Amino acid sequence: MSTWDRFVDTFFNGKVMAKYLPDILSGMVVTIELAVLIVITGLGAGLALALIRSLAIRPLNWLIIFIVDLFRALPPLVIIVLIYFGLPYADLSFSGFVSTWLSLALVLMAFSEEIFWAGITSVHKGQWEASRSTGLSFGQTLMNVVLPQALRLTIPPLTNRTIAITKGTALGTVVAVTEILGEASSAMSNSYNPSPLMMGAAAYLVLFLPVVVLARRLERKFAWKR
Amino acid sequence: MIQTFFNFDIIVASWPIVMAGLLNTVLLSLIVVPLGLFGGLLLALLASIRHPLVRWPLMAWVDFFRAFPPLVLLILLFAGLPFAGLDLGGFACVAIAFFLNTGAYYGEIFRAGIESIPTGQVEAARSTGLNRLQALGYIVLPQAVRNVMPDLLSNTLEVVKLTSLGSVVAVPELLYQARQAQSLTYNPTPIVVAAIIYFLMLWPLVRLLSRLENRALAGRR
Repeated sequence: MSTWDRFVDTFFNGKVMAKYLPDILSGMVVTIELAVLIVITGLGAGLALALIRSLAIRPLNWLIIFIVDLFRALPPLVIIVLIYFGLPYADLSFSGFVSTWLSLALVLMAFSEEIFWAGITSVHKGQWEASRSTGLSFGQTLMNVVLPQALRLTIPPLTNRTIAITKGTALGTVVAVTEILGEASSAMSNSYNPSPLMMGAAAYLVLFLPVVVLARRLERKFAWKR
Repeated sequence: MIQTFFNFDIIVASWPIVMAGLLNTVLLSLIVVPLGLFGGLLLALLASIRHPLVRWPLMAWVDFFRAFPPLVLLILLFAGLPFAGLDLGGFACVAIAFFLNTGAYYGEIFRAGIESIPTGQVEAARSTGLNRLQALGYIVLPQAVRNVMPDLLSNTLEVVKLTSLGSVVAVPELLYQARQAQSLTYNPTPIVVAAIIYFLMLWPLVRLLSRLENRALAGRR
């Protein structure tokens, strides 16, 4: 057997790949579920915090700033480990899936709150005053005047962050979530062959490469004019 | 509750283990941040060659690593390469994975910085007799780096946080050591302590960044 054949036989073994393809596919489903949950709850919570912050209630804002700083400073893996291995000591057990979801949603919440808030503050004060003086309420001003402008501005930094954090679903393997990397790793140790890992790697590219390319386009479309 | 999550005796007992981890996290960061910066600078310099044969593969390279989770890259190197007879060990795998992954991110940032400098400046520098490299090193890069400083710092924060992935491949950094101490003492205190250490270590950088970013975004209008 030539070196090339041996290489292909090791890393792209057809038999092993066929056998573990269903596992990888089910891993993809779990990864997608996790990613969608994280994006929806994380961005939703981030926007909610930014809106609460715009009410300018002092003690509440300090709390928000502290929470945001906390989840920006802590590595996501540390948060996952803390929730999964730490909380059971307080008789509060979450599954690996829920731990990963909660952790990454909190991280995305923190980053997106910061970005949404920067977007809101970037809208000129005069616009607030003008809208209010035409008789719009605080809520109407926020929803109809400020947010449409603010959100547009937040798209380039937000897409970047969201992709980087969503990729973190791979961290779930550490707490036994059966997402792509978890399925690939256990298939690799079962078959004693790295082909499943190569399939897992390909699966991530299939999922995330289109998103990255799409994000690049979005960024260009909404890019800040210099 | 405090007995469980912030047990003083356990803090004292696990202190040396956790501190050894902190030292390794700092050392690891001191190695992988310059490594990533170097990789990024290399990519950005290549990108300044505006030839399609250079530009497209480079874009594909960057997009590849933006789409690829760093942990998957790390596992691929750590668990996959030994099958090809290449057993590098956890530390070298972390270094290579970071060079590739964070290099791609730093590269994008440097590229944006270099592109923010008007071409007229390069032309002016060249016409005074500086060669290409001198123009880049003395004129373009210093301004480019200053323009993208917030992004560079923010990426550096992410890189330092990412060193916690080392725990997965048995590099004895802060998280790994804390987990060891946790399983030795049957108590979550060491992990809580590690989290507090991460927070105290990185909080000043987060504060600085949030100011810089707010100012940058607010100033665009």
